[in-house]
This record gives sequence, structure tokens and C-alpha cells, in this order.
Amino acid sequence: MQVLLNGEPFATEAVTLAELCASLGFADAKIATAVNGSFVAAASRGSTPLAPADEIEIVAPRQGG
Amino acid sequence: MLTLYGQSFTSRLLLGTAQYPSPETLKRAVEASRAEIVTVSLRRESARARTGQGFWSLIEELGAKVLPNTAGCHTAKEAIATAKMARELFGTNWVKLEVIANDDTLQPDLFGLVEAAQTLSAEGFDVLPYTTEDLSAAERLVAAGCAVLMPWAAPIGSARGLINKDALKTLRAYFPDIPLIIDAGLGTPSHAAEAMEMGYDAVLLNTAIAKAGAPAQMAEAFAKAVEAGRLAFEAGLIEPRDMASPSTPVAGTPFFKIDHAS
Repeated sequence: MQVLLNGEPFATEAVTLAELCASLGFADAKIATAVNGSFVAAASRGSTPLAPADEIEIVAPRQGG
Repeated sequence: MLTLYGQSFTSRLLLGTAQYPSPETLKRAVEASRAEIVTVSLRRESARARTGQGFWSLIEELGAKVLPNTAGCHTAKEAIATAKMARELFGTNWVKLEVIANDDTLQPDLFGLVEAAQTLSAEGFDVLPYTTEDLSAAERLVAAGCAVLMPWAAPIGSARGLINKDALKTLRAYFPDIPLIIDAGLGTPSHAAEAMEMGYDAVLLNTAIAKAGAPAQMAEAFAKAVEAGRLAFEAGLIEPRDMASPSTPVAGTPFFKIDHAS
């Protein structure tokens, strides 16, 4: 299925957000997630199904002012 | 002591972590600034580069309180989602709330800011809003639940200092009990000292230190200026006057004669 991952088209077999994160090597990483503009808590990633064209954000700490 | 949302700090300088030439320089600048609060952001993480993972280790080493921002958000909805991601990621209810209206001036969108502040305050966030010197916006932010306000001095990164001193003075006078932090636009230590002399509770800096020739040295200069400005404010500044007033005693001046002719 084709989704939009961090603004880029991305093909994935993942059924849930947790599976997508794991497939990217982020299982234990310091990340936070949102799907279609809404925050998804780490504990809810496993119960968050993905659908084609979902817009997924995976973010991490970065320098800021 | 500076008290923000029930937490007390000795330092009145908050420091941004962006734009330093190297992670080592950032570390040394934070140490030299004696800042106890540092701002950070959230950005998209690439599975290949994993940039954020290394940066997080560096931030943990600093030992400062982390204040995540919502930089780059243009709507209340984006800012709210970003704040929630930040709360989980950094384990803090604190958020430097930014809703940007215009990319050239990086001026806060005060309407979106108030809307996001209302929602986030209701959801248990401690909101530190990046705002302008506008009094009515400040009132609405306080009504929305903000117990700290962060008005800009000048546009972010512009290094122009306090460009609307009258309004900033009014804001200070109007909110004597709300911690007010000057956020953005300061370029020199004297700008920071001036803000502190006016009774502002703290300043938040980034570009002026990160882009300096020697960031750690500039961080120390700002730390001293902030301290000097605060000391001066607490000491009580004299009022400016139009005419001269001799500082040396007039009585007993040698050769003094009363002009009897006049």
C-alpha cells in the first residue's frame, strides 16, 4: 500500500503504525508519531491501522530556538 | 529566583540549541551561558540518517530542562499535534507555543496562538507562548491559561533589540505578576541588559549566541548582561531628567561667590 511518510510517497506492507515504525528500525527509537494531522501516542501505534494515502509523520528531537 | 509554572531557576537566560557550528560548540555555549532551560524542536526523522537519536543523547548530557517548541507550525491544529508529540517525546508538559503568521517576519499568528493556547492549557500543558508586545493578545493568552508570556523584541534572528519599548513597558506594567520573557530579536548583550532593566523576568536567546564568532564567549557575555540588568532592576534605577543635576555637593565650592549685582 502507498502512504505518505514524512511528506514523501512510501510503499509499505505494514498493517499498523507500530509495524511501520518497526519496519523502519524505529521500534526502540526516540520518536513521536501523527497520522493525518493528529497525534498518535506510542501506546496506541499497535491499534492504529494504516490505510492507503494515510499521511504519517514520524518525528524526533532536533535543534530548536 | 525565576519561577515558571512552579519550577524555580537561578538563571534568567533561556538558550536555543539551533545553528551552532558543532555539537561541541553548543555544549560549551550552554555551559558558559549557565542556562538551565534549553529549547528544542521536533523534525521529521529519516530511517537512514536517524539524526534525532544522536541529538537526543547530546541534549541529555546537557542536564538542562528541555522546552520543546512548535516552530514552523502555521495553524493551531499543527501546533497542537506538535505539542502533543513533544510532550510524549520529551516527557514534559512545557511547550514554547509558536504559531507563525508570516514567513518573512516570523510574526506570531495571535489568533491561532490564542486558540492553540486554550486547547493545550485545557489538556494540561504549561504553555509559554511566543507572542508579540500586543496587550490585548496578552490578555487573551492569560485568559486562555498561560501563566507565562514570551513577547518578541524584534523578528526572530533579526538582532535588532527592543524595537517597541513603549509597548513592552506597558506590558510589564500591566502584568506585574506574570513572568514575562523576551523571546527573539535580541542581538547584543546590551539589548538583554536593557530588557532586564525594564523588569522583564528573563530572556530567550539563540541566534545572537549561536552565530557569534565565539559562541561560548558570547554566551558568557550575555549571561553577565542578564545578571547585570536584573541586579540593576532590583536595585531601583533613577528616573531620567531633562536638565543637569550636579552630583558633587554644591555647598562649600571653593571661590564660590554670590553675584550681588544681579
